[in-house]
Amino acid sequence: MSDVMDILANASFWVAVLRTATPLLLGTLGVLLCERAGVLNLGIEGIMVAGAFTGWLTVYAGHGLWTGVLVAALTGAVLGSLHAWLTVGLALSQHVSGLGITMLATALSYYGYRVSFPKVNTPPTITPFEAMDWLPIPILSDQTALTLLALLLVPFLAWVLFRTPLGLAVRMVGENPQAAEGQGVAVMAVRSGAIIAGSALMGVAGAFLTLSAFNAFFFNMVNGRGWICVALVVFASWRPGKALLGALLFAFFDALQLRLQQSGDGLVPYQFYLMLPYLLSIVALVLVARKAAYPQALMKPYRKGER
Amino acid sequence: MRIEKRATPSKLAMVAAPLGAIVFTLAISGLLVLWAGAPVGATYVALFKGAFGSMFALSETLTRAVPLILTGLAAAVAFRARLFNIGAEGQLYAGAVAAVAVGGMHGGTGFELPIYLLFPLMLLAAALAGAALLLGPALMKTKLGVDEVVTTLLLNFVMLLAVSYLLDGPMKDPMAMGWPQSVALQGDLELGKLIAQTRLHNGLLIAVGLAVALWLLLQRAVPGFDIRAAGANPRAAAFAGVPVTRTVVLVALLSGGLAGLAGAIEVAGRTSYLTLDMSPGYGYSGIVIAMLAGLHPLGVVASAVFVAGMLVGADSMSRAVGVPNAIADVIVAASLLSVLVASLMTQYRLRRK
Repeated sequence: MSDVMDILANASFWVAVLRTATPLLLGTLGVLLCERAGVLNLGIEGIMVAGAFTGWLTVYAGHGLWTGVLVAALTGAVLGSLHAWLTVGLALSQHVSGLGITMLATALSYYGYRVSFPKVNTPPTITPFEAMDWLPIPILSDQTALTLLALLLVPFLAWVLFRTPLGLAVRMVGENPQAAEGQGVAVMAVRSGAIIAGSALMGVAGAFLTLSAFNAFFFNMVNGRGWICVALVVFASWRPGKALLGALLFAFFDALQLRLQQSGDGLVPYQFYLMLPYLLSIVALVLVARKAAYPQALMKPYRKGER
Repeated sequence: MRIEKRATPSKLAMVAAPLGAIVFTLAISGLLVLWAGAPVGATYVALFKGAFGSMFALSETLTRAVPLILTGLAAAVAFRARLFNIGAEGQLYAGAVAAVAVGGMHGGTGFELPIYLLFPLMLLAAALAGAALLLGPALMKTKLGVDEVVTTLLLNFVMLLAVSYLLDGPMKDPMAMGWPQSVALQGDLELGKLIAQTRLHNGLLIAVGLAVALWLLLQRAVPGFDIRAAGANPRAAAFAGVPVTRTVVLVALLSGGLAGLAGAIEVAGRTSYLTLDMSPGYGYSGIVIAMLAGLHPLGVVASAVFVAGMLVGADSMSRAVGVPNAIADVIVAASLLSVLVASLMTQYRLRRK
């Protein structure tokens, strides 16, 4: 128990929590935006891999870090357009299209990495984002600008979704596309736009891994974070503020297990600590499921004139 | 432009569409081969030779197809009932763990029984272990409305960590010189070879047999009808007297059981012990295979051989031409998306208004 207290009293622990939460937050906001418009996006795991790769490759090729972030967002947007075409345009199964995009994006990234660096065993590194030392706020001053961006996106996305006509249109096509159509909302366009914008955020979530958390691209670096984001959106009841809470809570347990593992007395095998985040996600899903306010049209394809 | 449903999709189109989509994918992937600086024609020749070009290549491909057929069937039967089981990877490992627990040799884990009892017991335990891992998410879906995609996915990670723990301690082979591998199966539990001097084992016959059995079940038997009805519209199915919960449990048993068998048959046919890397994502590939096959059990056999061929062929192609073997995963994933679009075209037509 004193172990835990020691850990919690240490500022570096909270720095780690916020850093771990950042890619989860960016990805969760991306999924949230797609689902608010009524479309599940299981492409996130692969889109994060692709964003991590293209963002890193851009910087490695000599361009600036923010150019890398932009390229990662564009990569996400392109893959999002594919998902939008398949699910909104052609009304294919959202589950399957998303899984297909995850596989395609992951395979393309690994292929691109191997073609670019055929004979390299240790991944080449870049100079990542630096901490914002100039900020007079503890813990946040140890983070990079991408974390600040992610935090600012929370109120911004909440404002767009709940205070603007555009946000109303997004929520309407996610709840009742027929009614939205009747109100003159271009259902297909709004859905596609939300998927593309959400996927761009997922690309940035991936870029955070290579441009801020680490300084290289390696295989399996996303390691299920995308799937966690899908769970976190349910936990957050499709609300940006709660998404931040969920990401922080999740990161808290993840950082805690990592430190307990290090200071551990060996009584509990480390694998059980590692299982905690996944089991917690499942528990969170069960707890929230009862009152879950799913967007009513989630996973239901919309065809003009069909009911 | 709008899409409208065709009255009767033609049989020819349903077979031609996936083949056309795969040809299209190979053409597009050619651009990636050019990027790697290799001649496209020679690369594809090397790929197909490496997969099907010799007795050795073919036997390797079919060996790789065995677990893929089973995980493909697991995905197909679940997806038919709209139970999106993405957890076949974890269920496969659960089956492998159960197989070793029942049939492990030294270290005192296994049972001592005559082989004609022990072998079926091993397969049964594996199937039940896989099914158990899916039953939770399936019931959470029907009873609580928890999306099964996320829960089955998360359980894959949990299961892999559990295997990692077991290989660290309880199931670790004391004779393995510190390698993280389990105790081996009792020798007589290992499956015989289908072709001598190759790795191809009798598991192929079991897998194909199960594909035929599943096809008959879905096609001709009442549970097959229930599965499709519960998938199409659970509320209407319940109203029509289909026992929805019982059907979901049945689907979980079938799907998880098939994935669990994949694990046991890999252990009994190929490795004889359990390792943490025994499956390079067979569970996930099974989803692609099922979709490529249009969820048809017999189609699963064909698409599993195709996917296995790409994976096996890519390795020897990579050595021969120098194109990274990840091209195989690109081809498989792109085929999936192309086949989806193509099959849509067989059911719908685009009409200019």
